[in-house]
Amino acid sequence: MKHVELIGVSKSFEKQQNVLNEIDLSIEKGEFFVLVGPSGSGKSTLLRMIAGLEDITGGILKISDKTVNHLPPKDRNLSMVFQNYALYPHLTVEQNILFGLHVKKTPKKEQQKRLKETADMMGLTELLKRKPKELSGGQRQRVALARSVVSESPICLMDEPLSNLDAKLRAHMRIEIRRLQKKLGLTMIYVTHDQVEAMTMGDRIMVLNEGKIQQVGKPITLYNKPANLFVASFIGSPKMNMGKAVFSNQQLIIEDKLHLSLDRAEAAGIPKDKNLNIGIRAEHIFPGTHDNTTHELEVINVEQLGNETLITFEIGKELWTAKWLGQWNVHTGDKVAVSISMKNMSFFDADSGLLIKPASAEREQEVVAI
Amino acid sequence: MNMPLSRKLIFYTLLFVSALLVFAPAMIAFMMSFMTNQDIMAGNMIPTSLTFDNYLAVFDRFPLLNYLANSFIVSIVIMIGQLILCSLAAYAFVFMEFKGRDVLFFIFIATMMVPFEASVIPNFQTIRDLGLIDSYAGLSLPYFAMAFGTFLLRQNFKQIPKELKEASEIAGIGHFKFYLTVVLPVAKTSLVTLGVYGFLTSWNMYLWPLLSTTNDSVRTVQIGLKQLQSQEQLNEWGVIMAGGIIVVLPTLILLFLGQKKLQQGLAEGAIK
Repeated sequence: MKHVELIGVSKSFEKQQNVLNEIDLSIEKGEFFVLVGPSGSGKSTLLRMIAGLEDITGGILKISDKTVNHLPPKDRNLSMVFQNYALYPHLTVEQNILFGLHVKKTPKKEQQKRLKETADMMGLTELLKRKPKELSGGQRQRVALARSVVSESPICLMDEPLSNLDAKLRAHMRIEIRRLQKKLGLTMIYVTHDQVEAMTMGDRIMVLNEGKIQQVGKPITLYNKPANLFVASFIGSPKMNMGKAVFSNQQLIIEDKLHLSLDRAEAAGIPKDKNLNIGIRAEHIFPGTHDNTTHELEVINVEQLGNETLITFEIGKELWTAKWLGQWNVHTGDKVAVSISMKNMSFFDADSGLLIKPASAEREQEVVAI
Repeated sequence: MNMPLSRKLIFYTLLFVSALLVFAPAMIAFMMSFMTNQDIMAGNMIPTSLTFDNYLAVFDRFPLLNYLANSFIVSIVIMIGQLILCSLAAYAFVFMEFKGRDVLFFIFIATMMVPFEASVIPNFQTIRDLGLIDSYAGLSLPYFAMAFGTFLLRQNFKQIPKELKEASEIAGIGHFKFYLTVVLPVAKTSLVTLGVYGFLTSWNMYLWPLLSTTNDSVRTVQIGLKQLQSQEQLNEWGVIMAGGIIVVLPTLILLFLGQKKLQQGLAEGAIK
């Protein structure tokens, strides 16, 4: 069932035209939907438009099949968690959580019941009498979540709720929010600029850039079949290795440096006369063994992460990173053997940026995984 | 602070001298209020004998208590009026969005450039036409709207994150409720500052009460003081000074209380 639906939604400010351009989107009931994009892409604006905090310049916004373009926020039956939590500094945790319920004239008994349940769920029972300034960042975050949960609204909007937390706490809260959403069956619309958050939390992701939808889909689809160069470079960490490519003399030449012999099956369907860009994921540049080594490349940087090793090479003007499992004794300046294969490459049209052909090897892996 | 002793000495001497200069009139008044007339005429600085006769005389000879009560009523009414109007205006300038808001605000602020003395005549005519001469309302009404207070509170309200307003909107809290339950408590410190400022200014005002009153029943204490001086053929300075000291007392009390509150407020902000 469609819960939130956007049809041709646009936004222009007085000084800035087309902050959002013809956004068509439908979000299912109980779905964890992530809006991701770089800063200035309009993702927060879109969320605020769904919340009703920002006017809609054009298009139709429907919630539960009702057009809500002109409904004030309170009548849209949703809750929102803000980046800076927006806790009332002069109220205790308990008052903060119950603030909205007073207004909705929820009976006292019901209020206390919900407060108790929510506080238990969030681990806030001990903190109810404290003021926000006496709480740590993670605790404030939980109060903000509790305030949104206690309203029992079916739709929950979150605007970069984790960006003020340190990395460890963030990883922990990611899991908590995800669990909470599943448990309560909330329809969640979650804005972030962090693609790791998007990948790990979302049922579906929408990538937004300069007010336009780049791609909507499951995290794995976005990773394996990025619709264009922007999505390819935005999703995944370390980012996808990119390079200009041309076909010549039965060879694929990348950045005038890497020469690969042409694999006919792989090259099928790729127009030879267009400007091409190729992309290859870091984990698909394999360490070269005796029989599969295709190139010898000079290492310009090594990052030891313990469980894996990131090795950076210089390919023409581009820096490529390879991700190898385990610990590798490689040093800057070394020449190492690598194995690069066409079947791991995604091909893009360099002019339009659109995907021509995704990496075929990944498709095989996907099948295996199922 | 690390400072050589010699420099410390110089600083403290300078501070002491300037403090003495600033405080001297008040000290002299305080001393004189306890002196007999002979002492004052002899030009003594330190009383040879302490007497409370001047204080008794001040209450005895003219309706000081009545004046004090008038001043209290007028000052408190002005203070409350200013707090209500200024906070409402500041709220509108911060939390309501309408076309021309900033322009309107600058025009509003520009009225600070018009001194009250310049608007005294139109104010007087208005009050007279409303028939409010010789009434508390006439004394206090012209002071209710204050650009400075609005400015002060607006700056303070602007520090309230706009997400608080948005969170309230989503929870279904309207403007007025948000103003009462969130903005006012959060901006408590500035409200106290403005209240103290408004009270002191109206306590000390002289020209307007003089113009808008014609009889002693509503006159304020500052005019009373002046009357003390001119009623006598030979000025009894001891009595005048005693009156002055009594009039200053509420101001001082308020200042001390307000200061404590202010410091609290400042500390609160620092910890956050």
